[in-house]
Amino acid sequence: MIFKKKKEEGERFVQCKACKETIYIDDVKENLWVCPKCGNYFRISARHRVEITADEGIFKEFDTQIYSKDPLSFVDLKPYKQRLSEAKEKTGNKEAVICGFCKICDEPAVLVVLDFNFLGGSMGYATGEKIVRAAEKAITKSIGLVIISSSGGARMQEGILSLMQMARTSAVLNKLSKKGIPYISVLADPTTAGVSASFAMLGDVIIAEPKALIGFAGPRVIKQTIGRTLPEGFQRTEFLLEHGMIDMIVERKDIPETIGNLLRYFNKNVAY
Amino acid sequence: MFVYDFEKPIYEVERKIEDLKRLAGKKGMDISKEIKILEEKKDDLIKERFSHLSIDEIVKIARHPSRPYTLDYIERIATDFIEFHGDRRFADDKAMITGLANIDDFKVVIIGQQKGKNTKENLRRNFGMAHPEGYRKALRLMKLAEKFNLGIVTLIDTPGAYPGIGAEERGQAEAIAANLYEMAGLRVPIVIIITGEGGSGGALGIGVGDRVAMLSYAIYSVISPEGCSSILWRDAEHTKEAAKAMRIIAHDLYKADIVDEIIEEPIGGAHRDYDEMAKRVKAFIVKSLSEFVPLSEKKILENRWKKIRKMTTQFL
Repeated sequence: MIFKKKKEEGERFVQCKACKETIYIDDVKENLWVCPKCGNYFRISARHRVEITADEGIFKEFDTQIYSKDPLSFVDLKPYKQRLSEAKEKTGNKEAVICGFCKICDEPAVLVVLDFNFLGGSMGYATGEKIVRAAEKAITKSIGLVIISSSGGARMQEGILSLMQMARTSAVLNKLSKKGIPYISVLADPTTAGVSASFAMLGDVIIAEPKALIGFAGPRVIKQTIGRTLPEGFQRTEFLLEHGMIDMIVERKDIPETIGNLLRYFNKNVAY
Repeated sequence: MFVYDFEKPIYEVERKIEDLKRLAGKKGMDISKEIKILEEKKDDLIKERFSHLSIDEIVKIARHPSRPYTLDYIERIATDFIEFHGDRRFADDKAMITGLANIDDFKVVIIGQQKGKNTKENLRRNFGMAHPEGYRKALRLMKLAEKFNLGIVTLIDTPGAYPGIGAEERGQAEAIAANLYEMAGLRVPIVIIITGEGGSGGALGIGVGDRVAMLSYAIYSVISPEGCSSILWRDAEHTKEAAKAMRIIAHDLYKADIVDEIIEEPIGGAHRDYDEMAKRVKAFIVKSLSEFVPLSEKKILENRWKKIRKMTTQFL
């Protein structure tokens, strides 16, 4: 979490982790979860992301009954089952991804949003399945696919099953592409490992929010491996743009319009 | 030669046999009967010990410094191997071997990570951890295979894709993603063998295909047991638990339909008999190619998509 709730003042105020200012929660909401004082981007839940991305009132969610059933009976410091129910409790979702039909600035789209609040937005086998199905729906209906990522990567508690989702999601995007259907990938903080090394980096267009952490390996792992400190701004959005890995950095408030414009541009050439 | 503690009794018996042979040779005695009994005893000892290896010990065998690596296999299974170099974009990645070869009557492109047998070689090979240019070189060769209608054989053995500054600057994530995306759509057969360590995305980056096999003491996982322990248990002490919990051994992956076949290793592990191991790997490749090469491009793509689409759905 990039912001924390101030307990003594109930839930009406939050503190920005960057500037330490205490801010009235409605002001933060109003500003699309960007700190009105310093411009720091808060991580937002998938629900909020849908709210600020899709045109009002027409997000039609699908595949809500697909979720992980702990196929390995995995236990680390806590049983994975317990982690799953806590994540469900916390987010109100059954998986780390929400998928649905919607319109974005009047353009029809299949919208997929990863939820960092659900086990770090990690991709398990059910997460992968939902993304595959969303892409298949985009193919069937010939409408653009938009995926907004915020994820630490593949979900360790499902072992190899989660690794395979990298292959599955990438493969379905190959099918989508061959049908000439646009795929817009939006990267929010953070997008790393198994998610960046699969569907997130495969967009026809890759858009990223400012200052998001985007990379393959986590900075801690790299630091450990090479044994020295990392350069300033390493693996941040601006670094990726500089190295040719993304198309554009777009402020949160401008993302829906950017997506809408791109879809409109591409959709003209999709045969309905 | 490097020997793990749990392998020591085997090597002790072997040394005794050697000593006995030498002694008998000197004195001109015929002890072939005794030798035969000892050899059998040795085999029983290995069989017994290897029938109940812990996950931890299997991880050790998968990472055995004497394990056959990609070039050891190529030398034994292929004829006329011609190595190709470079991704035409940045560099030649020596952690990734690519080239043309014949395997029996099949013309193929062979791709595989290469580890080093000693420190000097390991530095040159970067311990089998490829950079983006390695994955891009692999993709370049796969595209070549598609153009000239050659089969693709990949041999996977890597701790993972390299986590470093240059790797990030040059787009390690994009390089792997691009391979997953392209491999799903290549119009020629792809046969995959996990020979040692299947380290996460770095392994999968050359691991999408039509038939996947795994050697009996190879491992394949989403993250190394060490990495899993440090993230989920928040210390380095739980690698054994992590290895067990993630189900990273051939038997588990076969049960979950992630690999199609397990290639049994020679008694005591692949490192004890390179030739026999290579023979078995080759048999699997030839069998798989014989099955896929006659198929039409359309059928190959249909089958591959079906395989990928179905994967892991039994757990839903």
